[in-house]
Amino acid sequence: MNVVTPFEGIGASLRRKEDFRFLMGRGQYVDDLNRPGQTHAVMLRSPHAHATIDRIDTAAAKAMPGVKAIFVGEDMAAESIGGIPCGWQIHSKDGSPMAEPMHPALALGKVRHVGDPVAVVIAETKAQARDAAEAIIVDYTPLPAVSGTVAALQPDAPQVHEAAPGNLCYDWHIGDKAAQEAAFARAARVVTFETTNNRLVPNAMEPRAAIGDFDSFSGDYTLYTTSQNPHVIRLLMGAFVLHIPESKLRVVAPDVGGGFGSKIYHYAEEAIVTWAAGKVKRPVKWTCERSESFMSDAHGRDHVSAAELALDAEGKILALKVHTLANMGAYLSTFAPCVPTYLYATLLSGVYAMPVIYAEVKAVFTNTVPVDAYRGAGRPEATYLLERLMDVAAAEAGLDKVEFRRRNFIRPDQFPYQTPVALQYDSGDYHSTLAACLETAGWAGFEARRAESKSRKKLRGIGISTYVEACGIAPSAVVGSLGARAGLYEVGTIRVHPTGSVTVLTGAHSHGQGHETTFAQLVADKLGVPTANVDIVHGDTAKVPFGMGTYGSRSLAVGGSAMDKAMDKIITKGKRIAAHLMEASVEDVEFERGTFRVAGTDKTKSLTDISLAAYVPHNYPIDEIEPGLEETAFYDPKNFTYPGGCHICEVEIDPETGRTEVLNFTAVDDVGRVINPMIVEGQVQGGVAQGIGQALLEAAIYDASGQLVSGSFMDYTMPRAGDLPDVGVATHTTLCTHNPLGVKGCGEVGAIGSPPAVMNAVVDALRDYGVRHVEMPATPQKIWGIVNSHRLAAE
Amino acid sequence: MYDFAYHKPASVADAVKILASDPEARPISGGMTLLPALKLRLNKPTAVVDLSGIAELRGVKREGDKLVIGALTRHFEVATSAEVKAAIPALAAMANTIGDTQVRNRGTMGGSVANNDPSADYPAALLALGATIQTDKRTVPADEFFNGMFTTVLEVGELVTAIHIPIPEKAGYAKMRNPASRYSMAGVFVAKGAAGVRVAVNGAGANGVFREKAMEAALAANWSPDAVAAVKVDAGLMNGDIHGSAEYRAHLVTVMAKRAVVDAG
Repeated sequence: MNVVTPFEGIGASLRRKEDFRFLMGRGQYVDDLNRPGQTHAVMLRSPHAHATIDRIDTAAAKAMPGVKAIFVGEDMAAESIGGIPCGWQIHSKDGSPMAEPMHPALALGKVRHVGDPVAVVIAETKAQARDAAEAIIVDYTPLPAVSGTVAALQPDAPQVHEAAPGNLCYDWHIGDKAAQEAAFARAARVVTFETTNNRLVPNAMEPRAAIGDFDSFSGDYTLYTTSQNPHVIRLLMGAFVLHIPESKLRVVAPDVGGGFGSKIYHYAEEAIVTWAAGKVKRPVKWTCERSESFMSDAHGRDHVSAAELALDAEGKILALKVHTLANMGAYLSTFAPCVPTYLYATLLSGVYAMPVIYAEVKAVFTNTVPVDAYRGAGRPEATYLLERLMDVAAAEAGLDKVEFRRRNFIRPDQFPYQTPVALQYDSGDYHSTLAACLETAGWAGFEARRAESKSRKKLRGIGISTYVEACGIAPSAVVGSLGARAGLYEVGTIRVHPTGSVTVLTGAHSHGQGHETTFAQLVADKLGVPTANVDIVHGDTAKVPFGMGTYGSRSLAVGGSAMDKAMDKIITKGKRIAAHLMEASVEDVEFERGTFRVAGTDKTKSLTDISLAAYVPHNYPIDEIEPGLEETAFYDPKNFTYPGGCHICEVEIDPETGRTEVLNFTAVDDVGRVINPMIVEGQVQGGVAQGIGQALLEAAIYDASGQLVSGSFMDYTMPRAGDLPDVGVATHTTLCTHNPLGVKGCGEVGAIGSPPAVMNAVVDALRDYGVRHVEMPATPQKIWGIVNSHRLAAE
Repeated sequence: MYDFAYHKPASVADAVKILASDPEARPISGGMTLLPALKLRLNKPTAVVDLSGIAELRGVKREGDKLVIGALTRHFEVATSAEVKAAIPALAAMANTIGDTQVRNRGTMGGSVANNDPSADYPAALLALGATIQTDKRTVPADEFFNGMFTTVLEVGELVTAIHIPIPEKAGYAKMRNPASRYSMAGVFVAKGAAGVRVAVNGAGANGVFREKAMEAALAANWSPDAVAAVKVDAGLMNGDIHGSAEYRAHLVTVMAKRAVVDAG
């Protein structure tokens, strides 16, 4: 009999089942896999940000030891290989579709960013492939390049694509412009604010890797790849690039070491190795070097924004106007166009009752690595803009920043709450998360701590951010109407084996999230099967029926809900079998955590009794139901989910060096029902670490010629343990009202809520220095510059 | 990396002989600089001469009023050596701030000194402490040894074998790290001893490690943090990059000097 002791169900901080193999070095990442007869690929990449390719001479390289083949863009074009597709189409204000220039897997005639792949060398060993890559002669004619987001729209800016005049991808808007103008006309006060959201390099611990494999006899292709969504890669690469039917293409994403969004997208290298495997009739393996990652993994953020907030005389928000420029990089990555539009502007209402919002977004092409979703994707940019603006507005209106926020909060009795920018929030309790966070962070006692710091000649500041995000993306019909070229449901199969153990097939993909544990807990909770007897299978299109993958904090809200629906079907079928075995009416059979019972009697059957009967149907209602106990559900959510909460950060600045230390960080988040509190805590801490990284440390810096100056860890400041405080994490739950689990998602809240909390604290610490705003990252040099110019002005 | 021949001699004499026979051969001690360069194919030596098998190059000993530290002594050994901690605690403390645990367990004092990375820690200590660098051919005072960024008086094939460091009356060190690389962006080592007061700066100078004579004079007159706080450094002599402009570095040198004096006590 299945008895779950100790409790492993919803709410248990179960240790992660997958960690044993990870901690023992027994994970199987793509680079750990080796196929018989495997060859090795090296990409030759452009050293120029923008150049024409006048000639590629591969003759000497092809003659080098071990070289099997060298391919360039023209070789792929000759076989009608398609461009790397974009998965989301935005329409401009005037109804025209976005500019969508061709993105060849290997450059055709022109390179458009440093790192753009120009040729692939396939050799017996990786060293041989590298040697040969160095022997390829490419004659480039460098062209003027543009890297800056604002610079891209200047009239004399170099043109990245002929198909995108003026470097404009789209000019989009949302909201009611006339109503916004009317509201501003009667405002008691208008507060303006401009900011740049710094470009980031995701830097997953595991670099990307891919192995293409081709079976000459069956004609089947297999791609092993570092992906967050193998079915999506199969769809995009098979249908649009290589023209391989799904039935002939298997995509496997085994253990994956971190994604943060950067492994959502279909990358050129995946198509190159798969296609090349068919050409050389040998498996082709490629593993990214770290310096290659910097110049080929999709970057994140990179917005330049101006906002205006209209207030009435009582400090209530009348309207918000936002103008944003978003850098797409040199090509459109898979989901890039939706990030600064439907994942950004739709969040500009934040946690506030704003009657009117109008936002305009222009997306531009530049000679830089493509930009796409990075942990939070659009929502951190919106939250940062809004939460910095709230602090600036409170200061200018002479209001306490907490009271100003509270005065404008959406109240609990206003849910479901329709914002003026498309979203309808289902639930939340912003007053409670605020109150809990203020209490935990010791907000009231701050001034005494500031005085103590001052006695040590340090500047202490405190900052707050109250935020909401939209995740669990999303209803397919809605995203389809907004330009998504895919559905965004999820798939779950529950396979109850004859003796009662369970295999779960899920379309979600775990690359650090702990799905093997959390999902097993869902099964333990509902079906009463111990987690040790529940295996989670993901990341293989040959095993899992379908799936849209993991991003946007959707795995539990959408993938978990699909599993829940499939378990409902198991229970429904199980009840019919149990009714037959116990000679009862099916309406009288109840089920709870592994036991079928005839209501009001002591007649019971365990799940194992039922599964055994289902697979050995000797005594079975065979005329009414089929044998076996396996069910699949596709779950398409009714709405996004809306996690939110409050983050408070306390920093101390050394005015002599400009160095900022984060002393305390408190997060009180509403992520809906919590399945595994320990995993939630880890997710929030990881997100906060990345948020602190963005606020204080990280910046992808291009020079004017398009060279990536911060192209290695020598110059790109990744957060380290010593940069981070202990992050206090608490949850305050309101349940999602529209999914069966009541869950909202926790993967991104840390990265979304934290940057403005940190920067509000930095600005607060500098309150005696006449500072209105500090741009991210608040590096020591930048802070010292502020302190020093204030000193010079005083002299 | 490219292919190269690998040698592991057991004596300085053998190592020098191999290096003399091939000007494109490179010695390697801890490999903390050369190995990454090899892996990135930025360096293409014909041969790598691994010095790690030469026992005579390791260890710390006290000889009268000096410490003698073998060139292959690892940072971890300097940081934890009872002799160093007793004689020059600031040097042990400095060693404990180099890189991370893995680097300290591999990197050597001789390697760092011979490489003379402008952001490395040791060259400033040796300059301020008035150390003498012993090679297989000669002994050179630190004042003459360091010759600008990544440059020393070492000839091709010449090996640092030991460092002789006079024990000071007091010494201190403070540095501002580059936020990304964690190398020194401005580090100041101050020492007071038989040779007087000496102040050396790493990480900041446009021409590598250097002595800050104005600070030395100020401290000789008045050994106190306030004495160096008044000394401004010429930004025109400083290095600049995305993490620290020349002006910022010049400012940091003064701040770090002050803190180094506090550290020295």
